[in-house]
Amino acid sequence: MSMSLLIVQILNGLQLGVLLFLIAAGLTLVFGVMNFINLAHGVQYMLGAYLAVMFYGMTGSSLLALVFALLAALAFGLFLEFVVFRHLYERDHLDQVIATFGIILFLNQAVKYIWGAAPLSLPIPEYFSGSIVLLPGLTYPIWRLVIIASGLAIALLLYVLVSRTRLGMLVRAGANNAPMVSALGVDIRRLFMIVFGFGTMLAGFAGIMIAPILSVEPGMGDTILILAFVVIVIGGIGSIRGAFIAALLIGLADTLGRSFSVDILRLVMAPSPARTVGPAIASMLIYLMMALVLYFRPTGLFPPKGR
Amino acid sequence: MTRLPTAIFLGFALLPAAAAFGTETYLLDLFMRVMIFSIAALGLDLLVGYGALVSFGHAAFIGIGAYAVAILASHGINEALISLPVALIAATAFAYLTGTICLRTRGVYFIMITLAFGQMAFFLASSLAPYGGDDGLTMHARSTLFGLSPFKNERLFYYIVLACLIGCYCLCRSLVVSRFGRVFRGARENATRMATLGFDIYRYQLAAYAISGALGGLAGFLLANATDFVSPAYMSWQRSGELIIMIILGGLGTLHGAIIGTLAYSLLGEYLSGLTENWKMIFGPLLVLVVLLARGGLLGLAGQVAAWWRKQHAEPQP
Repeated sequence: MSMSLLIVQILNGLQLGVLLFLIAAGLTLVFGVMNFINLAHGVQYMLGAYLAVMFYGMTGSSLLALVFALLAALAFGLFLEFVVFRHLYERDHLDQVIATFGIILFLNQAVKYIWGAAPLSLPIPEYFSGSIVLLPGLTYPIWRLVIIASGLAIALLLYVLVSRTRLGMLVRAGANNAPMVSALGVDIRRLFMIVFGFGTMLAGFAGIMIAPILSVEPGMGDTILILAFVVIVIGGIGSIRGAFIAALLIGLADTLGRSFSVDILRLVMAPSPARTVGPAIASMLIYLMMALVLYFRPTGLFPPKGR
Repeated sequence: MTRLPTAIFLGFALLPAAAAFGTETYLLDLFMRVMIFSIAALGLDLLVGYGALVSFGHAAFIGIGAYAVAILASHGINEALISLPVALIAATAFAYLTGTICLRTRGVYFIMITLAFGQMAFFLASSLAPYGGDDGLTMHARSTLFGLSPFKNERLFYYIVLACLIGCYCLCRSLVVSRFGRVFRGARENATRMATLGFDIYRYQLAAYAISGALGGLAGFLLANATDFVSPAYMSWQRSGELIIMIILGGLGTLHGAIIGTLAYSLLGEYLSGLTENWKMIFGPLLVLVVLLARGGLLGLAGQVAAWWRKQHAEPQP
């Protein structure tokens, strides 16, 4: 295993990590503040990607596609909140699961109906296409660096927003004790809507950013949804900081595990069983991590205080 | 309380006679699958409905039971007297071992850690290269019993599955009314109080989790024989999610609600998918409507309708 391969895989891991963070941030806030399990969050990610493809086809401009897709994703998220989700906040978690699962079924099929089952693709914006030389003999696609940078920038923005502003204070208070915040005269419904809209937009943004390097297809949100749940559970539900750290941890562990598990296992076993066991362990790795974390910390790494 | 379950079982029992007039193998096959998943759903309802332990990795138990049979069959061991106990023990042991860890957590964390173990089982099965890996494993011969092959006769097999379902139903029913069941249900209502009363609720919950796993293993044994095939897809998280939706759809914590939910989910899916290719666009909103309008699932809805009916007809009396 060469040094440059290791660096490339670490960067890939970071890229997966920030992508997971973008999705998990919204999920953990919605979950933490509203106590609402939104399985349909992954569909927002898929929708973001599809909308970006559609608007790119209409306008031919990556920037306009980004802006319109973000706005459309936000509008659609708020529409869902208005029509379905707000009737579910007071309900049992299981009711929320089944209703949002119904929405997943509907939207996955609707996307297939509208745009077809075949995978679509979105070109990388011209000024970010190509690769860049990081070290002699080590090139890396610029777009992936852009994803990492924008993800980190949003993480920073969220950090400032949550820990330094009045809105963030309310969100944190809501995650600790929503009824109390409401009793203190804060319009909790409006707070919910802001948080929900913001989370929706982040998931849509993740979908838009990943669309150029992944095929855009129905069901693309399902896998990432489960990973995002793993992230927020490891991080501690309701904690942005936990989600960030857990997302990077999961992204790196998954990517590095898949690339190097066989090589590492070959140090301790024969090559042929290593080739069989390696991929199995690699795909199990993040679940193994989750089980371990929950075994020692049954409420995740950074549980919000007061619950 | 006993009328409805009896009616359901009677319906299952009479179906083959009715099916003889139509497309028999298709109907038998469909309802056999419904009954098999009902067995697993019963086990899940025991946990979710009576213990508030939402297991999101339940498909793993089915998968482990199914794989146990198929792997033994691939080594030439088809005798059910061997493969059934192995399937049950494997699923129960997996439930017991993972349960010792899962039951340390509560609420959503429990959902997610059971998912984690379910996913591990899924990926383990996918990596079993000698047994088909991702592609799954075809069973070339169904299980035998004392050297006879009762599973080859579709009708006989159908009634074996029905007998298993009734047996599991009676087992679960007697469990929830027993002392064990009362402690287990008490832990759902107030774990602290039960602990203060001197019950080690962890042990009760672990036992229930293992029993639930065994039911899943039985379903897996039957499923492998019914489809002559096992694959990692049996353990996918979507399957676990479907099982949860089935029991919520029927009505939690009633046991026969689990059967009704499985029946409704499977038949509706089957019907709608015959109607249009985009059946999920109808099915999804239906699920949302059930949640928004029918609290307590279909059984709850039936109860509401019945109450409304009684009220309408009781009014004229002073």
